[in-house]
Amino acid sequence: MPVSKAAGSVREARILAAPMRPGRRPRLLPLAPLFTLVVLLGPVAAGLIGVLAPAFGYYPALGATELSLAPVRSLLAWPGLGGAVRLSAVTALASTALALGVTLLICAAWHGTRAFGAIERLLSPLLSVPHAAAALGLAFLISPSGWIIRALSPWATGWDLPPDVLIVGDPAGLALIAGLAAKEIPFLLLMTLAALSQIPARRSVLLAQTQGYGRVTAWVKTVFPRVYPQIRLPIYAVLAFSASVVDVAVILGPSTPPPLSVQILRWLNDPDLSMRFEAGAGAVLQFGIVLSLLALWRCGELALARAGTAWIARGARGRADAAWRGLAALAAGLSAGAVLLAVAGLAVWSFAGFWSFPDALPAGLTLRSWEGQLPGLAELTGTTILIAAVATIISLLLVLACLEAEYRHGLRPGTRALWLLYIPLIVPQTTFVTGLQTLAIGTGLAGPTGSVIAAHVVFVLPYVFLSLGDPFRAWDPRYGLAAATLGAGPDRLLWQVRLPMLLRPILTAAAVGFAVSVGQYLPTLLLGLGRVPTLTTEAVALSSGGDRRLIGVYAITQTAVPLLGFAAAIALPAVAFRNRKGLA
Amino acid sequence: MTDGLSLEGVRIALRGVPLVSLDVRIAPGEVLTIMGPSGSGKSTLLSLLVGACPPEFETRGRVLLGGRDLAGLGPRERRIGLLFQDDLLFPHMSVGANLAFALPPSLKGRRARRRAVEAALEDAELASFADRDPATLSGGQRSRVALMRTLLGEPQALLLDEPFSRLDANLRESLRGFVFDRIRARGIPALLVTHDAEDAAAAGGRVVDPLGRGAGTQAKAASLS
Ligand SMILES: Nc1ncnc2c1ncn2[C@@H]1O[C@H](COP(=O)(O)OP(=O)(O)OP(=O)(O)O)[C@@H](O)[C@H]1O
Ligand SMILES: [Mg+2]
Repeated sequence: MPVSKAAGSVREARILAAPMRPGRRPRLLPLAPLFTLVVLLGPVAAGLIGVLAPAFGYYPALGATELSLAPVRSLLAWPGLGGAVRLSAVTALASTALALGVTLLICAAWHGTRAFGAIERLLSPLLSVPHAAAALGLAFLISPSGWIIRALSPWATGWDLPPDVLIVGDPAGLALIAGLAAKEIPFLLLMTLAALSQIPARRSVLLAQTQGYGRVTAWVKTVFPRVYPQIRLPIYAVLAFSASVVDVAVILGPSTPPPLSVQILRWLNDPDLSMRFEAGAGAVLQFGIVLSLLALWRCGELALARAGTAWIARGARGRADAAWRGLAALAAGLSAGAVLLAVAGLAVWSFAGFWSFPDALPAGLTLRSWEGQLPGLAELTGTTILIAAVATIISLLLVLACLEAEYRHGLRPGTRALWLLYIPLIVPQTTFVTGLQTLAIGTGLAGPTGSVIAAHVVFVLPYVFLSLGDPFRAWDPRYGLAAATLGAGPDRLLWQVRLPMLLRPILTAAAVGFAVSVGQYLPTLLLGLGRVPTLTTEAVALSSGGDRRLIGVYAITQTAVPLLGFAAAIALPAVAFRNRKGLA
Repeated sequence: MTDGLSLEGVRIALRGVPLVSLDVRIAPGEVLTIMGPSGSGKSTLLSLLVGACPPEFETRGRVLLGGRDLAGLGPRERRIGLLFQDDLLFPHMSVGANLAFALPPSLKGRRARRRAVEAALEDAELASFADRDPATLSGGQRSRVALMRTLLGEPQALLLDEPFSRLDANLRESLRGFVFDRIRARGIPALLVTHDAEDAAAAGGRVVDPLGRGAGTQAKAASLS
């Protein structure tokens, strides 16, 4: 009776998952989820209110207390508006579709094979590269004097000087699309892997294969329809992010006109303070664009689902398997290679001595660029780590409190709770952070590091929750009952049993949160009023200057900091549990 | 008679369907065996006895341990030990730390606690295992540590949920002897849940099914099949 045995022990776990009785003294723990929601959504709601006011002419700090449509009118009168909106929409749709397509192709062609293991191992390092650093590195890779053209010159191109063409910042936004896609593929891949682990994907594919389906076709027909609902929210987050991203767009996007988000930042930074009204109106429009894109994407989903159902029903077995697998390998190699080469390029530039075109490598290596920056760099790194560490610790404590409350009081969060977690990732930063800045200026809260940290928590917390939730909930509750029957109370159980057993996923979640905070550009800039510089704001600011050695120094440091976080998350449990095979 | 573990009119039902119906007193040192098909509510009964029954079940009746009514007490206050099919040793602690976790806090002093742990290990023929990683122990060794851990908590009753089912036949036999000897030596009431008629025979006590029907014949039938 092996089958019923296995089923029995699963059921056992469920039986024993019964909630512990709450302790007698009054407790704050049951309030943790509510408090977390306030920390998470309060700023979003406040920011949305704060952005509506200037959009309709109300800005007491500037002496404007009458509601009017003037900001909206002058926004509409801005000649670049059509181009900016089109750019935001097209780059977001194209990069999201590209990233999703490549992700699915990789999974369809390679999931469950040995080659897939290599892809999985590359995921974490790729994910930890901050957006700004990846964009700066890509800019070097593809620019007219970049590595790709150097590699082809002069033998293939005949060029002895960098060609005079616009590649980075092309008016169609192609470089921006490529950069965004390369950076979002690892994220979507990670989310898809998590979804795949919950369904019997391999068996489904195998079953279809025995009926004559090609591997890729089998995956798309039997697995994809079950995976998609689970990665829908991450996809929406990617779409919203791409439509409103600022740092990557400043670095890789066109500038006349720029995408709307970049223009909003320009208005906010304009010495002419009356431009803040335009910024407000633009930020509201940005929200409208994101909502429209999400609606459009949803329509696309429905249409594709229909067409797909008919396609599945026709029973075509799919023949071009080998071609698809080749294409998937090519796409995976290109996207991963681009990010890795980008980082390598930054590293080489940061140590480069004299480096003339078209040499593939500099004539010599030197520490000069690093030495010159050391004092400033150390201070920026300190600020960056401080902000990220505090934001991560706050987020981690709140997430652990929520999960512990869930466990002790038997709360069962539904899908709706998941939506709440995604709200800060879907409402565009350019919209509500702009509003938050308006409020912070009005109340005198803008500027200090504390406001920046509070804003970071809004973005760090969802990622910490998403990363820790599953492992925490998958913890075998029978350990809890075993400890309780041995006389351990809920606190002793938490500190001596559950947290140590979950040390590894907790540290991984912390590293993810830390990396998210390090990468934040807009909240740092706007809520710090430019007075709280971090590695990220500095690296982006340098991008317009074109000093590649300097950019290399800052971008490499920006990449190294989150990477060290991940290294610590791996090393610490390995050391702490070096004699504990059960946790290896 | 107030000694032992008394189940008075204990009824468990799921959506109106009765699963468990027991009126029984387990004397100190006695091992009562419960046998029944999979899904018949045996594990649910044990979770009720330790005070962690899921709210989905409708329950009635009284449970008394040494004359004390357990109603309203949680798993920590009941002083009932529970041994699972898996040993559930905490993987981040050494063998010794696992045992020390169960020692009552009233035993004070590092050396005294250390001595208690070592004595328990010696009793289990595992002297000098205190600093070992539980993951490096054999299945039988782990089971013995798990039993010693449960006993160090000084339970006044012991519940065993298919504790031998993961072991091979040889180990099973020696471990049965080990477990039942200790229960008798301590003179605590015990309740064993099993699918294995040989377990029931070795326990040497009464055998019932979750609905309280004497299952002596059932045990024989199971051993034949
Ligand atoms: N949390 C729960 N909610 C609802 N029903 C449950 C829950 N846990 C278990 N059940 C059901 O209660 C019944 C009894 O389950 P239980 O685990 O007690 O059986 P068992 O006798 O221990 O079986 P096995 O011999 O396989 O271990 C089963 O039908 C099971 O499906
Ligand atoms: Mg059971």
